Amino acid sequence: MFKFGSFLMTPMAKYLMLAFALVFPLLAKNEYQVYVMASAFVWAIAVYGLNIITGFCGQLNLAHGGFFAIGAYTLGLLSSDYGWSFWPAFVAALVMTAGLGFLVGVVSLRLKEHYFAIFTLCVGFIIYLLMDKWEELTHGPIGVRDIAAPYGFGLVDFTNTVPFYYLVLAFLVFAIWFMGRLSRSLLGRTFIAIRNGDELAESLGINLMRNKILAFVLSTTYAGLAGALYAGMVRFIGPEEANINHTFDMITYLLVGGIGTITGPLLGTVGIVWITQSLQFLEEYRMIIFGPLLVLLVIFFPRGITGSFLGWMHHKRQQPQATAKRQASKATAATEVESNA
Amino acid sequence: MNLFFQQIINGLTLGSIYGLVALGLTLVYGILHIPNFAHGALYMVGAFMSYFLMMDLGVHYWVAMAGSAAIVAILAVLCERLVFHPLRNSPPIHDKIAAIGILLFLEALVQMFWGADFRRLSSPFTGILNFDGLIIPEQRLLIIVGAFVLVAALQLFLRKTMIGATIIAMAQSRDGAFLVGIDANRVAMMTFAISGVLAAIAATLYAPINLVYPAMGHLVIMKAFVIIILGGMGSIPGAIAGGMIIGFAEAFGGFYISTAYKDIIAFGLLVVILSVRPQGLFAKGAH
Repeated sequence: MFKFGSFLMTPMAKYLMLAFALVFPLLAKNEYQVYVMASAFVWAIAVYGLNIITGFCGQLNLAHGGFFAIGAYTLGLLSSDYGWSFWPAFVAALVMTAGLGFLVGVVSLRLKEHYFAIFTLCVGFIIYLLMDKWEELTHGPIGVRDIAAPYGFGLVDFTNTVPFYYLVLAFLVFAIWFMGRLSRSLLGRTFIAIRNGDELAESLGINLMRNKILAFVLSTTYAGLAGALYAGMVRFIGPEEANINHTFDMITYLLVGGIGTITGPLLGTVGIVWITQSLQFLEEYRMIIFGPLLVLLVIFFPRGITGSFLGWMHHKRQQPQATAKRQASKATAATEVESNA
Repeated sequence: MNLFFQQIINGLTLGSIYGLVALGLTLVYGILHIPNFAHGALYMVGAFMSYFLMMDLGVHYWVAMAGSAAIVAILAVLCERLVFHPLRNSPPIHDKIAAIGILLFLEALVQMFWGADFRRLSSPFTGILNFDGLIIPEQRLLIIVGAFVLVAALQLFLRKTMIGATIIAMAQSRDGAFLVGIDANRVAMMTFAISGVLAAIAATLYAPINLVYPAMGHLVIMKAFVIIILGGMGSIPGAIAGGMIIGFAEAFGGFYISTAYKDIIAFGLLVVILSVRPQGLFAKGAH
């Protein structure tokens, strides 16, 4: 019997998703849809970064949008003011966000829980204020224009939407692949151990500070990557990229998709971006729906779409075993079966 | 000398407003250990409610302030009942995300009704007092005196009444409070109501010399967080002292260093202090 649920658990589902993403430009009605999808992918990359520090490591980083903007600004300023071409500036953007992420991480990760969240909230705001006020460097509220587009070494022209879509897709696939490897590695498990209880993790011999900084730098580099791609896509950026609302958007995507999962960030981001796109009139007021949605999710489905689905599948898989066990020994207490399920 | 005096008045005004907002935040933190990111939205709603009551219903400034305080208090209690109460046993990250959800919702709601424009709340106190060359605008004096009266009233309430004592008991020790039969739900609702009242009054006091717009709570709430970290989370005197420190730092920094960067001063101060002392300035135990 064909079971849709268990099919989604197989690697086949992954390849089908990838195949769909590959043929999407052919299916799309117009170029605009491809553009929307590409921007959704860019945001998804940033959300994967947030997933590392917040989903795996359990530290709510509210400066994530700020690092996204730093990636975008590094690329934008280097290419427009200093005449760098795209790829060197792109690499510089990654190095910049990783470096700043390290500096911020060293200070902020000494703080725990609420203190960390509030501290990063302030860091995000400082980034915004600097972009808005430091006119000599960032042009202030006018923003940065004439940002270089990625060049394709004479092979492809990334200024067109469709080739750019594939470029972003390639980065996204790499980001997800890396995430998958990370989550199965010892390092990923270390992050999860820190999330589940940092004192216990420390007593197991895990160096808290080093691992948390590593997770933070990885996450800011993801944000920088996404920001640089964003700058290359829209070619015009302003201080609003660092607005705290972008961070809140990303948290919504992450939470809807499933915090701490591999497919969650992609599902959440692409899903919500398309819902907002199809409800254009909602653009300004979307938070009237997403705000309560966020609250309802953390109360009733804290694990999001992917997490709830995985939990459901896990439950179903345990069910036959539990029944078998019950038949094998009628004496087994009901509570024990319950705890196995 | 006169300019210097002006900065003192500015510092006191800013410090009073920040102190009032931080006070509500620190009370809620002390009781429930929730960093209520939605507190800034309550502040913003408070300003808009006063604006609505004064402009559309034409009531007097004081009546508008009382009405707005009542509405925001009810709103804050609703937040506690509908959102934070069901989440009381969840991991702390859920509270924070839910608070952000409330913040986004309230902001969008206000923007839907009033738009994103900047508005001005007029106050009956537009005069300027002149003490032999020292000039104080009436509204600023009202803010300083109002904040002082409110803090004194709050102290009396917390120290001298039974209900206030239950709040203090709960903040000191949750388990101890339960042991002597204190109703946690009632204390939680009461605390949220007080924080809402403080936020609404602070917003109504400050609105006439500032602007009213949906994003007005952002800066204030972030500074209030800085303040309660400086003053130690949950500490009432810490919130007032911290409010004054930030208020004066901003007034003097904005005047003597740079107006453009005056908003950064508070955050810069926080970064420096937390780098040296991760547990805050006045906190007793390491966290």
